[in-house]
Amino acid sequence: MTTGQFCTFAVAGQHFGVIVDDIHEVIRHRSGSRVPLAPAAVVGLMNLRGRIVPVIDLRTRLGLPPRVADAEPLNVVLRTKDGPKALVVDTIGDVLTLGDTTFEPVPPTFRGPMAELVRGVHKLPDRIVLMLDVPKTLTYTPAAAG
Amino acid sequence: MSDLDDIVKEFLVESTENLDQLDRDLVVLEKAPADRATLGSVFRTIHTIKGTCGFFGFTKLEAVTHVGENLLSRLREGLQPLTSDVTTALLHLVDAVRELLGRIEATGGEGDGDYAPLIARLTQLQQAKAIAVVEPTPPPVAKPTGEACAIDASIRVDVSVLDKLMNLVGELVLARNQAVLAAPPTDDASFHRAVQHLTQITRELQDAVMTTRMQPVGVLWDRYPRIIRDLAAQLGKQVRVEFEGSETELDRGILEAVKDSFIHVIRNAIDHGIESPAIRQARGKPAEGLLKMRAAHEGGQVVIEVSDDGGGISPDRVRAKAVENGLISAEQAGRLPDHDAVMMIFLPGFSTADAVTNISGRGVGMDVVKTSIERIGGRLEVQSTLNIGTTLRVRIPLTLAIIPAIILVCDGERFAIPQMSLVQLVRLDRTAAHTSAEQVHGLPVFRLRNELLPLVDLRDVLHLGSVHDRDERTILVVQAEDRRFGLVVDRVLDSQEIVVKPLDEQLKPLTVYSGATILDDGGVGLILDVLGLARAAGVLSPPGRDRVRVRVSPPPPADVQPWLLLESGQDRRFALPMNLVVRIEEVAIDQIESAGRLAVIQYHGDVLPLVKLADALGDPPRPWVGESISVVIFRDDGRLIGLAVDRVVDILEAAPRPQPTAARPGVTGTAVLADRVAELIDVVAVLRLTDPWAVLAAEVGAP
Repeated sequence: MTTGQFCTFAVAGQHFGVIVDDIHEVIRHRSGSRVPLAPAAVVGLMNLRGRIVPVIDLRTRLGLPPRVADAEPLNVVLRTKDGPKALVVDTIGDVLTLGDTTFEPVPPTFRGPMAELVRGVHKLPDRIVLMLDVPKTLTYTPAAAG
Repeated sequence: MSDLDDIVKEFLVESTENLDQLDRDLVVLEKAPADRATLGSVFRTIHTIKGTCGFFGFTKLEAVTHVGENLLSRLREGLQPLTSDVTTALLHLVDAVRELLGRIEATGGEGDGDYAPLIARLTQLQQAKAIAVVEPTPPPVAKPTGEACAIDASIRVDVSVLDKLMNLVGELVLARNQAVLAAPPTDDASFHRAVQHLTQITRELQDAVMTTRMQPVGVLWDRYPRIIRDLAAQLGKQVRVEFEGSETELDRGILEAVKDSFIHVIRNAIDHGIESPAIRQARGKPAEGLLKMRAAHEGGQVVIEVSDDGGGISPDRVRAKAVENGLISAEQAGRLPDHDAVMMIFLPGFSTADAVTNISGRGVGMDVVKTSIERIGGRLEVQSTLNIGTTLRVRIPLTLAIIPAIILVCDGERFAIPQMSLVQLVRLDRTAAHTSAEQVHGLPVFRLRNELLPLVDLRDVLHLGSVHDRDERTILVVQAEDRRFGLVVDRVLDSQEIVVKPLDEQLKPLTVYSGATILDDGGVGLILDVLGLARAAGVLSPPGRDRVRVRVSPPPPADVQPWLLLESGQDRRFALPMNLVVRIEEVAIDQIESAGRLAVIQYHGDVLPLVKLADALGDPPRPWVGESISVVIFRDDGRLIGLAVDRVVDILEAAPRPQPTAARPGVTGTAVLADRVAELIDVVAVLRLTDPWAVLAAEVGAP
């Protein structure tokens, strides 16, 4: 779905949106326990009311540089068919209702992870919101990507 | 399936369950055709399915069950006897019903299967000549009242609800701990009483939830009589089965994990164990073999035994087969005690079946059984007496959901390790940590009561911080399969009962972890898998059968394959198949250390014993020459062994035609490779000729 209600958040100055229904909750960042040998995007495992949830860094997934030391990121907990997974983002934004008129497919200039994990863009007057492909973004194991 | 009505869903679940019972009933009936109670139960089951499916409009299912019901009704009234033909037809009926139910569950429709022949057969059997009606024994007192009570007292609960309950109980424990920690220090007795009460309730709740996950092992066994009957019929054997202790309860997760293993064991028992009726009679045994399954609780564990009164396992045949399959040498086989020889049936790639049947005997089997039992913390043993029979005994833990574990710290991270894989804890302070590390010729090995244990550092395996910047260390002596090793960690915190939770699907390839758990402060701890750690560290062979495939069925010599060309001694060339080689390393002479009579090098934190090719082949001893040597590394039984040669000449694709003239132990012959004569090395034999690990253990482990 490319139209409807979106929750937005920002990473490295770029705005991303995911459909509101995909969001379980947004909580203060916790990295949880490290998972040695796990792919780099997995920051750790956290305890979400008795469920063990992998914490995945969106910056790493997008190949962006790590955030500054004193940043206060957030965990966006997303629903997936394998249970909740947390995505680490820099800041959380508004919930927007977006329609067909502003939607455009992924610009051909997108390269690398950006082209792979973004499903399309909404061009708004003040900014561009990138529609994140949630299942792909949360698939952090190279082997499982297929 | 999602849009299927709940009622249909319930019908499917119930019918499938009834079918399992039906299988069992029919097999009972075949032995005791006059058992009217069982016959009645069979009739009722088919009748119920027929009635309900008519209601849903499943016409095929209705047609099939209808003729079945008619036939059963005649049997029940004693109008015709239950012959083996009839039983077979009725079992086919059960299969057809199961197939239809499966299709309805998957697609919502009955599909296009053709059941006309079955219906015709069932109809034809009904027309079999009626027999004189035997005065019917008075039917046993009906017990519908009792059954009704049982139904009223139990309800069907989705397993996910139970899992959720387990989760919540775990959370409750955490919440209690947090509340106690957050409370200001107080001497108020009523507060302490309240906390104590809360603790007790939590524990009881945990027990109660655990109980709901328990199922009698009979649930598993219900399916066996049918399987056994079919197998026996297929193999032309007569088998009677006895069950004992089917009420013994086990966690359903464990039942699920072992269910296929036992089918395998049963197959083996019928295929290889129990003899054909003719042989049995010749041996003075009843024509009908006995397969006995027994389950019981023993000391916090469940013991399940599968015994047969068949031919037993011949240690000599096992030895011969193991030698033939290249698993051991003839000389080793001769030294092996009978009991150990029999245990070789659990080696990968082992099969004593003289003929490969389509039931078992493909060289896979018992090793898979062993692995799956050990994965859940079980142990396996086998007792066999020639011509008397074989008993396979499996010990498994009661539950997997909550297990006692040790919590340890490594590089600031907490991990849990199940108590059942732990043999012993050895704590070392700073000085001891250094001295004992070099205690044994500077090798990362550790001596425990004359047993030489390889050491695996958790920091190395998990790529945590450097092993050098830690002040203290603790060695956990752990057991993986039959090998023990020392796992080096920073420190052990405490022991806890932990609730095992599965890892995220994408993290499952990390076999060093078997799951995760929530620790008592709410943090997450990974559960270490000892078997996975051992494999990652190279203490055990990797999973799969590569090693065995290489040994059991070496590629035909005519095939072109890569060969490694070596030089050892004055202008002498040797060649060996490249596919056996793990790595080739250039090693400086001064890196070679000696452990007694044995030369070793340190290799990625492990001890790597060296076998000098010249020594192994019985050539005159020679000192190391030059500044460095080449070491060809092989994996032998999970351990790395280096073959020391002067230099590696080349790797080439070739299909050498060996001339057996120069054959001797370790050398299969000579062949022309790269325009020169090279001796072809039999790697397995060379490694067996020396068995450096045994030498190493003897050297260092000797009192």
